[in-house]
Formats: sequence, structure tokens, C-alpha cells
Amino acid sequence: MMKKTLDVELPRVKDALTAIAAGATTAVALTQDCLSAIEQQNPVINAFLSVDKDGALAGAERIDECVSAGSSVGPLAGIPFGIKDVLTVEGLPATAGSKILEGYRPPYTATAVRRLMDAGAVILGKLNCDEFAMGSSNENSAYGPVRNPHDIDRVPGGSSGGSAAAVAAGMALATLGTDTGGSIRQPASFCGVVGVLPTYGRVSRYGLIAFASSLDRIGPFAASVRDAALVLGVIAGHDLLDATSALEAVPDYTDGIDKGVAGMRLGVPQEYFAEGLDAEVRSAIEATIEKLRAAGAQIVPISLPRTRYAVPTYYVIATAEASSNLARFDGVRYGYRAPEAKTLAEMYRLSREGGFGAEVKRRILLGTYVLSAGYYDAYYKKAQQVRRLLTDDFLAAFKSVDAILTPTAPTPAFRIGEKTDDPMAMYLADIYTVTASLAGICGISVPCGRSREGLPIGLQILGKHFDETTVFRVAQTVESLQG
Amino acid sequence: MSAKEKVAVDEVRRVAELAHLQLNAQEELAMQRDLSAILEYVAQLNELDTVAVAPMAQVAEVLDGGTQADTPLRGDKTCASLDRNRVMVSAPESDGAFFKVPKVIER
Repeated sequence: MMKKTLDVELPRVKDALTAIAAGATTAVALTQDCLSAIEQQNPVINAFLSVDKDGALAGAERIDECVSAGSSVGPLAGIPFGIKDVLTVEGLPATAGSKILEGYRPPYTATAVRRLMDAGAVILGKLNCDEFAMGSSNENSAYGPVRNPHDIDRVPGGSSGGSAAAVAAGMALATLGTDTGGSIRQPASFCGVVGVLPTYGRVSRYGLIAFASSLDRIGPFAASVRDAALVLGVIAGHDLLDATSALEAVPDYTDGIDKGVAGMRLGVPQEYFAEGLDAEVRSAIEATIEKLRAAGAQIVPISLPRTRYAVPTYYVIATAEASSNLARFDGVRYGYRAPEAKTLAEMYRLSREGGFGAEVKRRILLGTYVLSAGYYDAYYKKAQQVRRLLTDDFLAAFKSVDAILTPTAPTPAFRIGEKTDDPMAMYLADIYTVTASLAGICGISVPCGRSREGLPIGLQILGKHFDETTVFRVAQTVESLQG
Repeated sequence: MSAKEKVAVDEVRRVAELAHLQLNAQEELAMQRDLSAILEYVAQLNELDTVAVAPMAQVAEVLDGGTQADTPLRGDKTCASLDRNRVMVSAPESDGAFFKVPKVIER
């Protein structure tokens, strides 16, 4: 197991902001610390696919000039971020973890990143991920796997493996990732950091290279709950450029975050504690639930009866939407074009065949199959109906509880290569996260313990649509109760 | 459990054609095996009675207890779009204004 060999421990976002404002440190110093950590650790961890050293330092200098001049700076001024490579930043590479976009530089910046930049954040570079966000281990990247900083023979989780590992390894103070079926929450759990799943529509998807448009969400990773809440407050909010972005007002997510859980009703669904749950994960989760009970919460056993249908439902809907979204990669306007193609049809086929990895092809084929004539009703329409039933289960549960507590993943981080031979085994590992994805509700994974081997274990807290405030409050309590 | 694969190889070929993917013989067999396993697993959705259930394609309809009016569209007025030069820089082949591709029509 690899110990962190950093000379410098990075501060929390909250403390860094205070230190910069007070002149105790500078944005440039903080950025340089991150760049050193990246230089030291990235050759092994492989979290960053591209680093914009000059741009980051220039951005940091601008912040330092404003601070010295006494002019006002934004709520994330000087904070160095990494951005998952499925999000566009104008002028920086965006590969989506795929060979098909090797060398591509987008002509526009994603709204979520634009909002970070307007708030004064420094963009360090782009983070490795499973190809087109399809995967649960970051082993599907065309640019090599990411390694878990807690044990480099293990996966960091996926698809936002780079985003989680960068925070865990002290390469960035916070990062942005995306979650379609668990791709923020599960890597957060495997890497021992905080990862937030905002409600669907809470954060604009403009500039996110789409995987499944009714499921994709952008969210923050950070080392603390408060930091994550701060970042969400900056990136959230309506955007005219995303027709699915919500008009719902954005509260100050840090306001009242310390209120504790006294009087709250927290549901524990029996279906998430059945067979397949690792014994050490179970005991860490149960111990945390007991701490919350001791802190004044009422723990309520609940049932989400149709949970077991969530994985098959997800893999029909997500792959169907992916087959449609990935049709744009055809060698015409951007990305890889097969040089040997003689006709247009050949160009489409050979470019896609040459540029896409095996998992992406598998999902495109599955998605095309379930949408094709003769199968649409049996698979896609059926899945959409079950999606409604799964959502109804949550809506019913939230009538009697304020939030729901579950393990984030059935096991701690598994070994690199352990599940790559069997796609189904990998898909089944998503069991605890895909339910919330389908229902559009919000959630978080917060560290709540370690296995005997020292591997992080995460608690997932799920909340009602647009009730991130309650989720943060429970998570903050969990964090403060950690020994 | 039937020994026959749920998906036949020529179905894999048909779907690959629809998806504009060119699979080699090895890939075809692997995909046949994987798709069959996944679809076998997905078949359990039939255990649920969904006769009276409306399909849900977008969660938007439940995001506020169903009271939200139609998602507002922006006003129909011309705004700046992406700068063409910046966009065409990414083109594999172009004349600056158009994307160039191999011929479409056989003469």
C-alpha cells in the first residue's frame, strides 16, 4: 500500500480562501504546491491527462494582483481545480478518455467550468476517466488506468477516477466529475473523499460531452463536506444553454450545515443490506448509523421494494441514450477520421471502429439493440416504465424520512484487472448508486471508515429532489463524528 | 436456462450496421456472448407488472411534484453563436467553410 509522500499537505478550500484573503499565502503558492504534487505523483497515479501549467500560474497571478490591490475577488479565488476530461474548457484538450477525441481542443467552455473560473478558481488541467464516462473503475480509459492513492494496485473507482484520485492524492483542492450511474459517488467512496450527486438539472450540462442525457450530472469532489457544498453553490443554477437545467433557486449550501441531525428521520432501506455486501463495509456503515442515532437522529427502517430492478433498468436506458449521443462521432467534424476510408459509409464505420474502445462499442450495440424495431417495447419502453416505479419507491419513502442512508458501494476498492473479464460483474457493482440516478434525486458519498487493510469506505446519503441542504447537513455530521 | 444464445450472430451484425460499427469476427463473437448475457439479465424486468404505468423518459415531470409548467424555451432572437474559424480548426478536412468528406454518391 502506497503512503502519500507529499512534502506539503494541501489545506481545505475554506481555509485556503481565508489564508489568501489574509495574505498568509498566495494563489500562486497554492497552485505551485498542486503542480509539484502532480509532478511527483501523476506518473504513477495517472489522474491528470493534461496539465496547463502556464495557464494555471497566469490565472493565479491575476488573483494575487487583485488581492494585493484590494479589489474584490470571487468566492473560489485562487483555488486550484482539476476538471474531468468529459467537460470542455476552451483551448485545453478534451479527450473524454477516448482515442476518438485525441488532439481535440473544444471551441467553448462548459458552463460549470465557466462559473468556477468567474469565481476565481484556477484550472490546473484535465482529469482521466473511463472512456465517455462508461465504467466503474477507470480501467476503460484509452490513456491508461488511474491508480487509487491509498493502494496503487487498486482502482480508484469510475468513471470519475481521476477526479477522486486527484483530491485524495493532494494534487488539487477540489475537482469536477460527472455521475450518470454512480460515477462521482463510487470513486469518492473508493478514494476516501467527498463526492456530490446534485439533483438532475441542478447544474447545467452545457459543455458536458454527453453519455446519457436524462441521467448525466456534473458534481464536485473535495476533501471536506463544507468544501463540496461551497463548490456546488458556485456551479449550480439555471442556464439558458441547457434546456433541462432547473429554475430552482440556489441556496447557500453552507448555511446551517453544522446544525446536526437531532430530530431528523433517516431511512435505512433493507434492500441495500442484503447479500453481496462486504462484511467490513456493512460494519462501518452500521457503526456510522449508530453514531447518527446517538447524535439525535431517528433511524427508520424502510423498504425500496423494486431496488433489484435498478441495474437492468439503468443498463437499458443509459446504453440506449448513449447509442444516440455517440452517433455524432463519425469522423466528419472533429475527432479521429480513418485515413484509409474510400467512401462516406466506410469513413463512419472505420473511424468509429478505430476510435472507440471495447466497452463503448458494447454499450452502443446494446443501446442500438434495445431501441431497434421489434425490441423497443420489450426493452426500452419497459425500462422507462420500471424507471417510474423506482422513482415512486423513493417519493413514497421521502414522505416518512428526510434522507436515506446506504453503503455507496458493496465493497472497498477492488484490484486493477479483477473485474475486467466480466462486464456483468462490473455492472452489478453499481447496485447502490443507479437507483438515485434513475430517480433524479440528490446524494453524496462521505468517508465513514476504513477496511482492515486501510481502504476507504463511503456512506451514501440520498435526499429529495433539490434538498441538497439536508444531505450536506447529515454528511457534515458524519464527518464531524469521524474519530 | 437455454443453451442457445439469446442473440444470434447475424443480429449482432444487423445492430452493428445500424450503429455504423465495423466488428471483426472475434469481436462479433465476443459481442454476441456479452449481449446475450446482458439481455438475459435484463429479462427480469418482465417480472414487474407495468400495464398501467406510463413510461418516464425525463425526470423533469417529477422534479417539483409535477406542478412545473412546460420547460421554458428561450426567446426566439438571434444571438452570437460559435466562431466558425474556431470550430473549423477541429475539422479533419475542410476548405474553411465546409467539412470535406469522401464522396457520397457513386456515379
